[in-house]
Amino acid sequence: MRHLLSTGDLDRDAAVLILDTAAQMAATQSREIKKLPTLRGRTVVNLFFEDSTRTRISFETAAKRLSADVINFSAKGSSVSKGESLKDTALTLQAMGADAVVIRHQASGAPHVLARSGWVDGAVVNAGDGTHQHPTQALLDAYTIRRHLVGGAGASDPAGRDLDGLHVAIVGDVLHSRVARSNVQLLTTLGARVTLVAPPTLVPVGVQQWPCDVSYHLDPVLADGAPDAVMMLRVQRERMGAGTSAGGFFPTPLEYTRNYGLDQRRLDLLPDHAVVMHPGPMNRGLEISADAADSPRAVIVEQVANGVAVRMAVLYLLLAGETHEERTGIA
Amino acid sequence: MSGSTRYVLRGVAPLGGDPVDLLLADGVIAAAGRGDIQAALDRDAAAGSPVVEVDGAGLVALPGLVDLHTHLREPGREDAETVGSGTRAAALGGFTAVHAMANTSPVADTAGVVEQVWRLGRDAGWVDVHPVGAVSIGLDGEHLAELGAMAASAARVRVFSDDGRCVHDPVLMRRALEYVKAFDGVVAQHAQEPRLTVGAQMHEGVVSAELGLTGWPAVAEEAIIARDVLLAEHVGSRLHVCHLSTAGSVELIRWAKSRGIDVTAEVTPHHLLLTDELARDYDPVYKVNPPLRTQADVDAVRDGLADGTIDIVATDHAPHTREDKDCEWAAAAMGMTGLETALSVVQETMVETGRMTWADVARVLSEAPARIGRVTDHGRPLTVGEPANLTLVDPAARTTVVPERQGTASVNSPFRGRELPGRVVATFLRGRATVLDGHAVPAPSATAPASGEVR
Repeated sequence: MRHLLSTGDLDRDAAVLILDTAAQMAATQSREIKKLPTLRGRTVVNLFFEDSTRTRISFETAAKRLSADVINFSAKGSSVSKGESLKDTALTLQAMGADAVVIRHQASGAPHVLARSGWVDGAVVNAGDGTHQHPTQALLDAYTIRRHLVGGAGASDPAGRDLDGLHVAIVGDVLHSRVARSNVQLLTTLGARVTLVAPPTLVPVGVQQWPCDVSYHLDPVLADGAPDAVMMLRVQRERMGAGTSAGGFFPTPLEYTRNYGLDQRRLDLLPDHAVVMHPGPMNRGLEISADAADSPRAVIVEQVANGVAVRMAVLYLLLAGETHEERTGIA
Repeated sequence: MSGSTRYVLRGVAPLGGDPVDLLLADGVIAAAGRGDIQAALDRDAAAGSPVVEVDGAGLVALPGLVDLHTHLREPGREDAETVGSGTRAAALGGFTAVHAMANTSPVADTAGVVEQVWRLGRDAGWVDVHPVGAVSIGLDGEHLAELGAMAASAARVRVFSDDGRCVHDPVLMRRALEYVKAFDGVVAQHAQEPRLTVGAQMHEGVVSAELGLTGWPAVAEEAIIARDVLLAEHVGSRLHVCHLSTAGSVELIRWAKSRGIDVTAEVTPHHLLLTDELARDYDPVYKVNPPLRTQADVDAVRDGLADGTIDIVATDHAPHTREDKDCEWAAAAMGMTGLETALSVVQETMVETGRMTWADVARVLSEAPARIGRVTDHGRPLTVGEPANLTLVDPAARTTVVPERQGTASVNSPFRGRELPGRVVATFLRGRATVLDGHAVPAPSATAPASGEVR
C-alpha cells in the first residue's frame, strides 16, 4: 500500500489486515504508556483545506501515539478562489520532508491529484475529499461493526475475519456523503450487504451501479431488513440550499425527520443486537433523536476511539517497514 | 500577385479520388492535369515567379478546413493563446478559416472588438479569421449586443454566440433568432440550462456518482435544444447548435430536421472519441464543457455525424494556461485544445471505421461549416478557378500527440500520448503555403504587430 486514497483500492485481504492491525494498536491503548516508538523520526503532515477538528485531532493523536512528528497545516479557505495553489502547498511540504501527508480537501479527487502529481514523495492519506471518499472513516466503521457483531461480539477481537453476511443500513444524505461512498465499497468488499435509505433527491443519479440496495423508506428497511447496524449520515445543512426558493433537497427539516430520522420508535423496530452508528458531528433532533443517540445500542463514542486505532494502523502500514532510503533510493 | 510562389501539387488525390496534378497560382487553382499545368507554366515562364513542386503521392487533398468554433483568447488571455499562435495551430491542423468565439476580455460584443480580432487574424496571415459576435452585451444574457453593427463591420460577422454561456432567457433567444435574419446571420447556441448545471463538474451518471463530482445532466443540454428548435420553427430562423454531446440531443436534431426546421448541429472531436471514464484519475485535462459523456453518447454522435443529422465537426479549441489545469478538478478551467488533432480524430473515428469517406470529411470539416458561417471562398470544390484554399493529408502516417510540439501556445490536449492517424503535410491559403512538410511557414510579409507574434 503506497497511499490510501479510496476504499475502492482495498481488496478483502488488505482491508482485513488494516482491521487486524488496528486491533493490535487498540490493545496498546489500554496500557498505561500509550506511546509506541514505531514512527520515531518520521514526519506526518495534516494538511487540512477544510475545517474538521475531529478528524484532524484523531489523525494527530494517532501519529503522536506512534511517536511521529506531527505538523498541522491548516490551509483553510477555498482553493477555487486564488489562494496558494494545492501544488505550491504540496511543494512546500515536500521541501520540509513530509513522510506522509494526511489531506482533507473540499474538492473531490484532490488527494488523487496530490498522489499522482509527483509533487510529494510521501504517502498520501485521504482524510476526506469533497463528496468522494473518507476511507479511514469507513475503516473505523467496519472495525466497530466487526468488534460488536463478529465472533465473540466484543469479548475478543475477531482477527482475520470479515463482515460476511451482515446487513448494514446507511441512512440519509447519500448524494453528498463521502462516508456513504467509502462504506458501500468497503463493507461490500468485506462481505456485508448494504442498503442505502434516503429521499430520492439525495440519491445520486448512477447509484444503480453501486453494489448495494436503495430504498426510499426507512421503516420497512428497519422492520423487514433486520439490519445488524444502522449508520445515520449527517444532514449537511449547508448543502441543502436552505432559504432558496428552489433547489432544496427536501421540503422541511420536520418532514425529513418524520421520514428519515432515527427515533425511539424506529429503534424498537431493530433486532436486539443491532448497533446504531453516526460519523459525527450529529444534528440531534434532525437525523437522530437524543433517545437514539444516547441509547445503549449507540456505538457513536466508541467509533471515535476506534478512529485513533484505525488511523494508527493506516499510518503504521504506510510508513513502517520501509525506510526513507527504500522509498527514495537516497541513502 | 506576380512574383509569388506557384505550387505544383503532383499526384494528389482530391477527396481521396484519382490522383491528379494541381497548379496553384495567383491565389486560385490555376490548372489541373500534367498537360494543362505545363502549358500554363510555359505561358507564364517570363513572369519569373518561382515554382515549387510538391510530391503529393499518397496524399489526400481536401478543401481547407473551416472551424466554426475556435477560442483564440485574444484579446485578454494572451497567456493562453494569441490570434497568432491559435491561427498557426489552425494552419498546422489543415484549416484555412476559423471562427473566433466571442468570450474574450473584453467580450466581442461590439464592432470595435470584432474588427480588432479580424485585423489580428489578417495580419498574422495563417488563416482567415471570422470573429463570432456575442449575442448579449458582455455575455450577460440580458441585453442584445449590437448585432447589426458587427454584421456591417469590416469583420462581416454572420455567426453570433454567447458560447461558454447559454442564451437561457427564451425571450432573448427568440429576439436574437429573429434579429439576425436581417443580415442572414445565425445564432450558435451553447445549450446548457444554467439552473440544472450549477457547480457542474462532469457528466452526471455512473462515474460522477462514484467520483463525487457534481453532475452535468444530459437533460440540461437537451431541454435547451428542444426549446430552441421550436423557437426557430416558430420565428422561421436559422439555428446552429454548438458542441452537441448526448444521444438525446442527436434524437432531437433528427426530429427537428424531419420537421423541416432550419437547424444545424456540430460535434467536437473529443466528443467523438473520449468518454467520462477518463475523469476517474481526476486529471483536469479531461474537464470540458459540455463534459465528456458515456460510450452510448459517443456511439450516438458518431451515428448522427455519419447520417448527416450532425452537420459538422467543430473543434471548440479551448487553450488554457498550465496553472489553470495543474490543480484539483473543481478548481480547473473547462476546455481542451483541438485544432491540430481534429482531422486525425475524425479519420480515426469515422474514416477508419468505414463510416465516412474523405468526401464526407470535406463536407463536415469544410463545406458545411463554410456554408453555415456564410464564408464564401472556403469549402469550395477542388476545381480550376476556385480559390486555392486546401490542405494535403497523409492518411497513412501515424503520430503520437505531443502537446509541447504543437503550434498552439497551450498544452491542454486530451490526446497527449495517444497515437492518431493522419498528418497534415501542407496547407494553402489563397495559394500561399502556410504549412509545408508539416511545418508552419510564416507569411513573408506578415505585417504582424506585437500582438500578432507567435511563440
